[in-house]
Amino acid sequence: MRTARLTALAAVAALALAACAPVDETAGPAATATDGALPTLTDGVLTVATSNPAYEPWVVGDDPSSGEGFEAAVAYAVAAELGFAAEDVTWVEASFDQIIAPGAKSFDIAVNQVSISPERAENLDFSSPYYETTQAVVTLEGSPAADATSLADLAEVRIGAMVGTTSLTAAQDAIDPSTAVSAFNDNDQVKQALTSGLVDAVVVDLPTALYITAAELDGGVLLGQLPDSAGGDTFGLVLDQGSALTPAVTAAVDALREDGTLAALEQEWLTDAAGAPVLE
Amino acid sequence: MSSPDGPAPTGSTPPAWTPSARQRERDAYRRTRARRSTAVALLSTVTLAAVAVLGVRASPGWPRVRASFFDLDVALASLPAVLEGLWLNVRVMAVCAVVIVVVALALALARTVRGPAFLPLRLLATGYVDVFRGLPLILVLLLVGFGLPGLRLQGVPTDAVVLGGLALVLTYSAYVAEVFRAGIESVHPSQVAAARSLGLSRGQAMRHVVLPQAVRRVVPPLMNDLVSLSKDSGLISILGAIDAVRAAQIATAEYANFTPYVVAGVLFVLITIPLARVTDVLARRSGWLGAQSGLAGAGAMR
Repeated sequence: MRTARLTALAAVAALALAACAPVDETAGPAATATDGALPTLTDGVLTVATSNPAYEPWVVGDDPSSGEGFEAAVAYAVAAELGFAAEDVTWVEASFDQIIAPGAKSFDIAVNQVSISPERAENLDFSSPYYETTQAVVTLEGSPAADATSLADLAEVRIGAMVGTTSLTAAQDAIDPSTAVSAFNDNDQVKQALTSGLVDAVVVDLPTALYITAAELDGGVLLGQLPDSAGGDTFGLVLDQGSALTPAVTAAVDALREDGTLAALEQEWLTDAAGAPVLE
Repeated sequence: MSSPDGPAPTGSTPPAWTPSARQRERDAYRRTRARRSTAVALLSTVTLAAVAVLGVRASPGWPRVRASFFDLDVALASLPAVLEGLWLNVRVMAVCAVVIVVVALALALARTVRGPAFLPLRLLATGYVDVFRGLPLILVLLLVGFGLPGLRLQGVPTDAVVLGGLALVLTYSAYVAEVFRAGIESVHPSQVAAARSLGLSRGQAMRHVVLPQAVRRVVPPLMNDLVSLSKDSGLISILGAIDAVRAAQIATAEYANFTPYVVAGVLFVLITIPLARVTDVLARRSGWLGAQSGLAGAGAMR
């Protein structure tokens, strides 16, 4: 009788595991951009992920479906290049951790200022870069960092940046401050820390720096760009590792770069970088 | 139940008690039942574990999950930063724990003090506990961390660790105060009556009779709060400080791989388990643990 009960237990356990066993991933043959048969999550729909909230100038008004803002516009341009009409693009939210998670993805492509790096490329698929940026230092009038003109001046003040960004690593590497760089959850908290006086200066990518000094911070000062990351930081669209869409999306981004669409979108949505000297 | 096998030694002394044949039969039967239940328990545990392990390993996503969560290279690369972060957790925990116990004990005493003149004190302590036990810790952290320095008052700290520690103390002292109050109120009134009849004042009775009994009664729940604090000490990272969890998050973003989170998790468990064992040892040495097992008929509860 005992043995019977034990067998039943094992059977139930096996059943429970079988019940939650996932379906096999369907990896179709690599499709081309033109034949209109791309293996997207939903047939005929391109699902694009970005963060919530999404920040300007990347997405205007936290509403990517409007197509306003650089990354929203790039997403629609890529979709059009792949053969999707604007109404066939669906937006979903995804945090960075959700973007890199190994399980089934809720999106076909993610656009969220994710910098391309060899370490990340081991676990993610990237399209070719759609934008190249540098990191910039922002402070407030009257802050101890306001008079800094060199990296050495900045080494003595407290620096903040958003966690998990290349801004954080660039701040640590280029400035090498005497107190460790503080890491915050998002750029709202980075700005809050700056205005509260928790930190004296913050490092963000240049378009964000231009936007927050012009529109968001009272008395915000753009001190300049960081040299080390200059020219080295490129943003790519993120796809699931081994996604069948990667070749098509990369081809689309390349085409947009060649026909000047990307440059035009940059012109339209990202403020000119002139006036942000490189800090030595 | 242990009894010498074999016959009792013969001699001038009266023969020692030997179990009867029937008793030996019973003992033997019990031993076989015990062996049997051990074997069944082992077998079922091993079977279940095997089914679980095989099930996970057979899943189609397992290679990806293993690469994302158990990458040895990433683990080693992130370990120094995570360890450095953990050192911050340990220091914050140690300092906060001491301050919390002091503040909480004061609060508990303020709530239990009698007499109409002390009403404002009781009200204040009750209000404090109600507010800070009710507020989510993360809100206290955000309000204290970003709001307090935002006032730009002279002497207000702008250090993330100090502000975060302050928020931890505010929240946890409210919890721990309630634990202490429960301990104090669990001491039987006859103890106070006896102390008073011996000529001790109310304060002396509290200090020498009630508190020592109360504190030893609440050691297990206090331990719970300490373990909980060791984990919540990581929440100060939202103010910019880089603790073990934050360091792991940074490494996770750098490698696009979750292994650093696993590393941080293992380290946290490694520091909280010894914490529990140390308290057990302390309690046993002080003679509190299992004090009831010495009572007749009060063996391990089944």
